[in-house]
Amino acid sequence: MTHSSKTRKSNMSLLQRYAAAPHIVWSVLFIIVPLIFVGYYAFTDVSTGEFTFSNISAFFTKEYLLIFGKSVKLALIATAICLVLGYPIAYFMTNCKPKTQRLLMILIMLPIWMNFLIRTYALMTLLQDTGIINTFLSKLGLPTMHILGTETAVVIGMVYDYLPYMILPIYSVMSKMDHRLVEAASDLGCNSFGVIRKVIFPLSLSGVISGITMVFVPSISTFYISQKLGGVDTLLIGDAIEQHYTAANYNMTASLSFVLMLILIVGLAIVNHYTDSDEGGGMLI
Amino acid sequence: MKKKLIELKNICKAFDGEQVLSNVDLYINDHEFITLLGPSGCGKTTTLRIIGGFETPDEGELLFEGQKINDVPAYRRNVNTVFQRYALFPHLNVYDNIAFGLRVKKVKEQEISERVSEMLSLVNLKGFEKRNVSLLSGGQQQRVAIARALINQPEVLLLDEPLAALDLKLRKDMQVELKNIQTKTGITFIYVTHDQEEALSMSDTVVVMADGKIQQIGTPIDIYNEPINAFVADFIGESNILDGVMLSDYKVRFASHTFECLDKGFAQNEQVDVVVRPEDVDVVPVEKGMLSGIVTSVTFKGVHYEIIVDIGGFKWMIQTTDYVAPDALIGIYIEPDAIHVMKKSEYSNMFGDYSTFSDEIDHLSDVTEDEEE
Repeated sequence: MTHSSKTRKSNMSLLQRYAAAPHIVWSVLFIIVPLIFVGYYAFTDVSTGEFTFSNISAFFTKEYLLIFGKSVKLALIATAICLVLGYPIAYFMTNCKPKTQRLLMILIMLPIWMNFLIRTYALMTLLQDTGIINTFLSKLGLPTMHILGTETAVVIGMVYDYLPYMILPIYSVMSKMDHRLVEAASDLGCNSFGVIRKVIFPLSLSGVISGITMVFVPSISTFYISQKLGGVDTLLIGDAIEQHYTAANYNMTASLSFVLMLILIVGLAIVNHYTDSDEGGGMLI
Repeated sequence: MKKKLIELKNICKAFDGEQVLSNVDLYINDHEFITLLGPSGCGKTTTLRIIGGFETPDEGELLFEGQKINDVPAYRRNVNTVFQRYALFPHLNVYDNIAFGLRVKKVKEQEISERVSEMLSLVNLKGFEKRNVSLLSGGQQQRVAIARALINQPEVLLLDEPLAALDLKLRKDMQVELKNIQTKTGITFIYVTHDQEEALSMSDTVVVMADGKIQQIGTPIDIYNEPINAFVADFIGESNILDGVMLSDYKVRFASHTFECLDKGFAQNEQVDVVVRPEDVDVVPVEKGMLSGIVTSVTFKGVHYEIIVDIGGFKWMIQTTDYVAPDALIGIYIEPDAIHVMKKSEYSNMFGDYSTFSDEIDHLSDVTEDEEE
């Protein structure tokens, strides 16, 4: 791969050479420059504007570490639930007829097309103490549950919003898998469980990794879901960033974002290092 | 008396309403090298997949050592498959691919290691243990696929066009190697191919299939010398297939001439198909010939010349070691044992003479290229 791209570089046409230019301009304006600002604010004092580590070290105080820990915990739980729900449905889909696969795909995509705020508000009305779920439970004579305002509600919200992003990459890797590998495994003595464990799962790992990434990253930095569905004690790192921003403390906003970003990059790099990426699949980083 | 290992009784299979196999009856002896031969879409791969357990027949019985195994899943059959394009596991190296079957059976790692290295030397891949299978050449992947199947010591090895993806030279070498492996291990091989030469040179028994039906079962020599109908005669080797009339036992009339032959048992004046192989026709001076005609083309083939001769409007293919000039008038002589008489069948008149010879060559190479799924 690298070899052919090297030889191709020399005889690229003008169009090929400058095809990336619009995106490069965009990236510089809206990604690189803002990142430099984030870095600048993160290391400068809020009142004097002098260089300081105090914003960064604030992240490592008990207050923020607890918030960060809670964010990690809830995001991990949500990601795990998405994986447990998403993997089997992706496997199920790949075994359906092509027509059924397209229909299921549309059904899974449908929530994504609906506005994010509306979806979260809809969840609120479902989960309220006097909401649809509890009304239904009490009609049946069952005890009602207090869900809205708890960590459970936040996790439900994350799963609800991000589940499609787990299913899609896993499905896309699985549907490209050579069916004869499955036949070869059963030919060599694997029952259907063995086929999944020894062939399908290892080969779909790249999809699983990108699914995890695509669910975990937005989950850990969300603020809207926790504000609407969580209570006062479910303040997440995203909420903390947003609070500093609305209070016009850009230095703390920047430092928290900066540290969060670094932690995510290091974490994902480690995950990718231990999962061989030569299959390509659906890697994000 | 040889032991019948696998028996197919009246097997039928349809996909989406299209009949792929109709009433296939076949038995396979222990230690036999049997080849299912036919053009794309003839049902040979489906037959193999039914034996392997990847398809269930709609009708009929599949017996393994006398036991019905129609509903036994693939993983519980004592049969292993070498897949078309190999289907090696891309996430495992050579060693782990070959060890796969034994690991599933929870064989001790010590024994696995011994048996894998035994297999690697059988298929000439010593020292390749740690290689990534996707970086191997086609021939090497082929060997890994064979080793991965054989290590399980199956009673039957199914091979689905295993050499189709290899180039000609490598294919010839692998044919010899496969035959050696079969002789050495004594495992029954069921081999699927569309390559008639491969089938003739490797097999103990050849099963010629077309349109979902078995046309003929026999030794390679029988199939070549005594084809049962025009399809088999045309598919296996080159042949001139003519309309004829069986005047009486040992006397057949075709190309406006009455020939002596070795065939009998037909009704008097029965319409028949007559096969004459191009290499069995002798070119003689016109006055000594039984038939005479004009040479329309001459092609040098190395071992012989391949000439097309127009005899009464029918273009014959004749292989001769003596050069004849184009447009020459020649006589031909056919010995009684060079004539093979066949009953009329649904394939009669489907295979004409060699007037569209070049087209036929194109058609044949198409068959070689397309894959049967």
